[in-house]
Amino acid sequence: MFVTAAYAQSTTTEGAETHDAAAGEVHTETGVAHEGGHGSGVFPPFDSSTFASQLLWLAISFGLFYLLMSKVVMPRIGSILETRHDTIARDLDDAARSKAEADAAVAAYEQELATAKAKGNVIASTAREAAKAKAAADRTAVETSLNDKISAAEARIADIKAKALADVGSIAEETATAVVEQLIGGKVTKAEIASAVKASAK
Amino acid sequence: MAGDKVDPVHQFVVNKIVPIEIGGIDFSFTNASLFMVATLAVAAGFLYFTTSTRSLVPGRLQSVSELSYEFIASMLREGAGSHGMKFFPMVFSLFMFILTANMLGMVPYFFTITSQIIVTFALAIFVIGTVLVYGFYKHGLGFLNVFVPSGVPGILLPLVISIEIISFLSRPISLSVRLFANMLAGHITLKVFAGFVASLGTLGALGIGGAVLPLIMTVALTGLEFLVAFLQAYVFAVLTCMYLNDAVHPGGH
Repeated sequence: MFVTAAYAQSTTTEGAETHDAAAGEVHTETGVAHEGGHGSGVFPPFDSSTFASQLLWLAISFGLFYLLMSKVVMPRIGSILETRHDTIARDLDDAARSKAEADAAVAAYEQELATAKAKGNVIASTAREAAKAKAAADRTAVETSLNDKISAAEARIADIKAKALADVGSIAEETATAVVEQLIGGKVTKAEIASAVKASAK
Repeated sequence: MAGDKVDPVHQFVVNKIVPIEIGGIDFSFTNASLFMVATLAVAAGFLYFTTSTRSLVPGRLQSVSELSYEFIASMLREGAGSHGMKFFPMVFSLFMFILTANMLGMVPYFFTITSQIIVTFALAIFVIGTVLVYGFYKHGLGFLNVFVPSGVPGILLPLVISIEIISFLSRPISLSVRLFANMLAGHITLKVFAGFVASLGTLGALGIGGAVLPLIMTVALTGLEFLVAFLQAYVFAVLTCMYLNDAVHPGGH
């Protein structure tokens, strides 16, 4: 049944309302014959003659769509999201572990640094102590030898002095004897001279 | 028939493409059927091919698919709780199907399947049917608690229960008519204003000057209609989630 696609708004009043008036008319605007349902005069969405076909094709297309969604697309998107979620979680774990490792490495480094520093200090102080001790020992050795030399020199000086003093006595006696002889022309005994010198030396 | 050009209802006529008749009932493959299949192909094809690489770092199109997935998932989880997630494929399919159908309807010369009351009504019945079947299957007669709000004084119960029953029965109607009427009215309005542009344009210089106004209106309405196309799919999905919540938790409101 060929019907016009124009309805109450554009056609004659009887054409819009009755089936018979519409029958056989051709859609003149496009020149294409439009096949409508039996209720051609009805507002198209309320044309019940198309309902069966629409329901069938809706059931087919929506049913197929539902199947595709529930069996193919949604599991796939779900797995994509899950994979991403897992990957992110794993990457975060990795990052946390790497950070912990880095922290441990830093701590170990600092510990070693501290140990090395302490060791360095020990070596330095040992060396300093040793140098100090050696210097002190050297100084004492030098001082001892110097003292030895000083005391030896002093001993010699004392020796020489004593000798010299001893010579002074005899020289004085001789001088005195000579002086006495010259002055008094007499002879004095050696003993007298000696005692006199001794007395004056005091 | 010059008026035919601007006949705003012409776009809703269902034409047979391949006549099929089984048992005296007309099951012809019509332009409506064609666009149902097109909706299926576009929506399923988009979701299928944009996710086919399964990239860890999604491209733009894959992001669109994933965002739709997560959007509906969070909508359903908020609406019907984690027990409602078993209806996720259903809500997702409904949303994507209606959204794609509405969006395809925005293309000039394309048929809008959601402007057919029988289509929206069938989808609404599918939702309410699922609520009823699952509700009674899961909770038996306890599902009837859905009509008995908690904390209502006994004397008011008959009144409240009858209101609840009426509201429940009107759900498939409101659900289907809302989508249908929005799409229908939007397309008619668009067509009427676009028709003004064409009619005024034939009236000479003054007419062309005057046609600017309906042209601006048509452009603005087109934007609005895209919003409505999304919004109605969204509203349908949100209401589906709410109704499914009744099936999952009867009397829990």
